[in-house]
Amino acid sequence: MSNWLEKQVPKVVLAPTFAAILIFVYGFIGWTAWVSLTGSRLMPRYEIEGFGQYTKLFATPRWDTAMNNLFIFGALFIIIAMVLGLLLAIFLDQKIRTEGAIRTIYLYPMALSMIVTGTAWKWILNPGLGIEATVRGWGFENFTFDWLINPDMAIYTIVLAGVWQSSGFVMALFLAGLRSVDGEIIKAAQVDGIPTHRIYSAIIIPSMAPIFLSAFIVLAHLAIKSFDLVIALTGGGPGYATDLPATYMYAMAFSRGNLGQAASSAMIMMLVVFAIVVPYLYSELRSKHD
Amino acid sequence: MKMKHLFVATTALSLSALPVLAEPQAEVLHWWTSGGEAKSVAVLQEEFAERGGTWTDMPVAGGGGDAAMTALRARVLSGNAPTAVQLKGPAIQEWYEEGVLADISSVAEAQGWADVLPAQLAEHMKCDGTWCAAPVNVHRVNWIWANKDILDQNGIEMPTTWEEFNAAAEKLQAAGVTPLAHGGQAWQDATIFETVVLGKGADFYQSALVDLDPEALGSDTMVEVFDEMRTLRGYVDDNFSGRDWNLATAMVMNGEAAFQIMGDWAKGEFLAAGKTPGEDFLCGATPGDGYLYNVDSFAMFDVGGDDDKVAGQELLAELIVGPSFQETFNLNKGSIPVRSDVSLDAFDICAQTSAEDMAADAEAGSLLPSYAHGMALRGEPAGAITDVVTAHFNSDMSSQDAVQMLTEAVANAM
Repeated sequence: MSNWLEKQVPKVVLAPTFAAILIFVYGFIGWTAWVSLTGSRLMPRYEIEGFGQYTKLFATPRWDTAMNNLFIFGALFIIIAMVLGLLLAIFLDQKIRTEGAIRTIYLYPMALSMIVTGTAWKWILNPGLGIEATVRGWGFENFTFDWLINPDMAIYTIVLAGVWQSSGFVMALFLAGLRSVDGEIIKAAQVDGIPTHRIYSAIIIPSMAPIFLSAFIVLAHLAIKSFDLVIALTGGGPGYATDLPATYMYAMAFSRGNLGQAASSAMIMMLVVFAIVVPYLYSELRSKHD
Repeated sequence: MKMKHLFVATTALSLSALPVLAEPQAEVLHWWTSGGEAKSVAVLQEEFAERGGTWTDMPVAGGGGDAAMTALRARVLSGNAPTAVQLKGPAIQEWYEEGVLADISSVAEAQGWADVLPAQLAEHMKCDGTWCAAPVNVHRVNWIWANKDILDQNGIEMPTTWEEFNAAAEKLQAAGVTPLAHGGQAWQDATIFETVVLGKGADFYQSALVDLDPEALGSDTMVEVFDEMRTLRGYVDDNFSGRDWNLATAMVMNGEAAFQIMGDWAKGEFLAAGKTPGEDFLCGATPGDGYLYNVDSFAMFDVGGDDDKVAGQELLAELIVGPSFQETFNLNKGSIPVRSDVSLDAFDICAQTSAEDMAADAEAGSLLPSYAHGMALRGEPAGAITDVVTAHFNSDMSSQDAVQMLTEAVANAM
């Protein structure tokens, strides 16, 4: 009896969560997929009309801009945040005295919401209020730093704010990784007279591969679902130069009364996430079987 | 068990004891939450209570109505629609097509709406020939607001053509004043765009932005419109990105900028700051003949035959279009009454001009729905046009490319 209980209790306890996830995650993914095949406008309709919404989506220049922005933002955000995070972690790992304080300072931006980050950077980057105005005030009349209002550069302000927010977190991840490397190996390498930079590049960093993967997955999903940062920093502007798929979907679903179009863009976003996550899951599951 | 019996008994009693006469009830979904607007709604609420109604307020602020629309969608999907919702333009017909609007023709006919509402505006309140919404006010969109001191100092008259406007702007720029106060938000770009289109003639506006005629959209006239947009872009200061419209109005008020092109809700900002029309600031129609209107209204939703709510809808509709509410509300809001029989003595000079022009333009056939404010087109084509306008205004795209994009975007959105 007690044996039977032992087996059943975990299942009973997990059942509500399982059911909730089944409905609210997979059920609604299915629902969205269905709606994306219909001509839904203000309200969902359920007569399937085919792939018209997708054809329309790919013919929309604004969607192209949003996807391009996602790749620019995603690539730069992930690479810069990882490189900066790694460098910060390595510098912090040099057994310096004030490590605790410095670590807190770098980690602190993570405590802010993206809305706060976006608003603060909006003011800093505003040519009339922030950096440009300050430097001009110092007497450099020709100094220009107008990325925020320049449609070709505005997407990079989002990268800037995103990196500022997240690199401290990546640093913390890497720092934990650095600390978990076996000290004996490093000492042995030092005894052999191997220079420090070689110790890092040949021993420590390769042994942190799983941390790189986790950092990548965390940053990638932050990039794809990025919405609040754009809304607070540029509002998708100038024009729609900094639209991301998430803001596009929001505009279609909530401002334009076009649920079908919003659903189809949501499906594409999900495919992008799948393209990244599925290989990760695959490698994870495979390594467990080995 | 006993308790339950008792409960059933009392409920049955209280139900049977209900008066035969319905008690008007209204749950009103709106997004008038800022100072002057909230005051205006309070007026309606008081009148409603005086007539024995119970008002349940459901203000949902945010996103220029986007948040309210989301709330509305959730309520309609769950089969519990609010009794009245702030809706306007073709969105009323869109909701009607979803089969969720109520028919208020009985009130409209009893109150003789057809006689007091301008025919063209009344058309927006009808769904398949029956009345389904009650109009609240008329905003004119194509206004230029100007700082009188700046104009006087620089010897500039209120411009009546776009050439005059450009000349005035050049002069101001040379004098070190920002000519045009503008906020870089898509709807504000679209507001300027539609006034420039109107400047090319009411017929052109009608065929391009109301009928979406591909020929008009792809015409050389449209190229000229985008050329003018590019010129206007040069008159805006560098920090305009994302600026709210009321901050742009404040620039005109404080003498940092000379002109603003904005609907007459901007007047509310001037008045709230204690400025007098004609003395501190000037109002003038944008160049060209025509009147772009933006009519706020309340649509009544189907409440499934609940007598109290139906009575509430009828009372609400009657009050909204009633002369006393029309006057008080519009004095607060900066707009003009939608009824043609309300005395305008209490209104300022801008509102009186607006009313006169509306009557004249209705005669001349140049009374036109605003596209930028969701009166002329449904969400999808309007959004597609706005995307092109704002992309052009905020980049160095050529006018030819913009026209090309415009025709493609509209075709894609049909």
